[in-house]
Amino acid sequence: MWNKRREEEPPHPSTPALPHAPPPVAQIPIEPKKETMPVSSMPVGRLDPESRGGSASIGKAVKIVGQIFSKEDLFIDGDVEGTVEALENKLTIGPHGAAKAGIKAREVVLQGSIQGNVEAAEKVDIRKDARLVGDVRTARIVIEDGAFFKGSIDIVKPEPVKAAPKPQPAAAPASGPHPAPVGAPAFGPEKR
Amino acid sequence: MKFPGPLRSLLRGRNAPPGNGTAAPAPAHSPRADSPPRGRAVEDSPATRPSRGLEEFFSHIRGQSGLTILELGGATQQNVSFITNLGHRLYSEDFLQILNDSFGEDKADQSNPGRIEYFLRQTLDYPDEHFDGVLIWDLLEYLEPALLAAVVDRLRRVVRPNSYLLAFFHSDDKLEAVPIYTFRIMAMNALQVTQRGTRSPAQLFNNRGVERLFGKFESVKFFLTRERLREVIVKA
Repeated sequence: MWNKRREEEPPHPSTPALPHAPPPVAQIPIEPKKETMPVSSMPVGRLDPESRGGSASIGKAVKIVGQIFSKEDLFIDGDVEGTVEALENKLTIGPHGAAKAGIKAREVVLQGSIQGNVEAAEKVDIRKDARLVGDVRTARIVIEDGAFFKGSIDIVKPEPVKAAPKPQPAAAPASGPHPAPVGAPAFGPEKR
Repeated sequence: MKFPGPLRSLLRGRNAPPGNGTAAPAPAHSPRADSPPRGRAVEDSPATRPSRGLEEFFSHIRGQSGLTILELGGATQQNVSFITNLGHRLYSEDFLQILNDSFGEDKADQSNPGRIEYFLRQTLDYPDEHFDGVLIWDLLEYLEPALLAAVVDRLRRVVRPNSYLLAFFHSDDKLEAVPIYTFRIMAMNALQVTQRGTRSPAQLFNNRGVERLFGKFESVKFFLTRERLREVIVKA
């Protein structure tokens, strides 16, 4: 109790600095703890080599049924059923990955299989031996020879995202409706 | 400089630019030109060649956008890019792959009504009058009569009136094995044709047979090409 009060008091400027006393700043516990990697069953070094910075991964021995929302790049090498959303990030389905899911992401790289519709604001990349059964809506698509694709491809030209933020500084009141976050996919209304 | 007749025609045959409709075809006895694809180098190397059928197909959809095109030859980057860059929506079916998955090597199975229905559900399960054009390529030759009739009938249902289908048929109706080609669209009137194996056809057609096959469609138009393929434009 006594010690606690002393900690809360601002340090006296006139107090002589003792050689063994820690500096006042050090008494405040401000050092943040480093966050550990999220759900992962694989060592970090074996994650998608293309991923930048933080990325989550679902290993090949993992099965998830339900909804997955990710705010970082996501690598799926296991089984997923439901929906997967990584609207501002890259989603990679690894060579062992199988998704029976509707997928929305900034970018989708497919090495395994997807059964479901895919919406990617920037790009869909279907690699050799990958398998996609479903409809694709994206700005760009890459299909390697040897990939199996069954479904429709709708190329959606991205809306001029750069034009939207420009008027923002000029507009003084911030009371209007919030614009879509930068990098959010610019999908039109669902056709089906 | 003018060359005498035989030399002139020889030079013209070898150096004629693609797409030049006036170019004389190479002589039939020439071992290089139109012989069946026997040489491995000729078979395996992709060749880009003019395609009047493709030109005709695109002439009907050029200037429009937002059309719905079905391609049965499986997705290739070139075809996806070409068609979507025109502003159309592309549906892709790997017809041959699904044919193999559905029937395997057993051709007798292709007359089983249940199996036919299953195959149609896998490949052509679309609403009526859904498509503005279909790229069939050369796939109909691999279907036995019962399956072929069902497929053509279903195709007629899923295309809109006055839309067009492009199909290829080998012009030699006595072949025991025909090359399996991948067709890549390089331009409105040019195709890259790559052979990826051979397969014994279920049936081959002469012109009359093709006309009978599409008898319920409005019209059929033929173009003869260099790979001994007939390009056929069918109007729904």
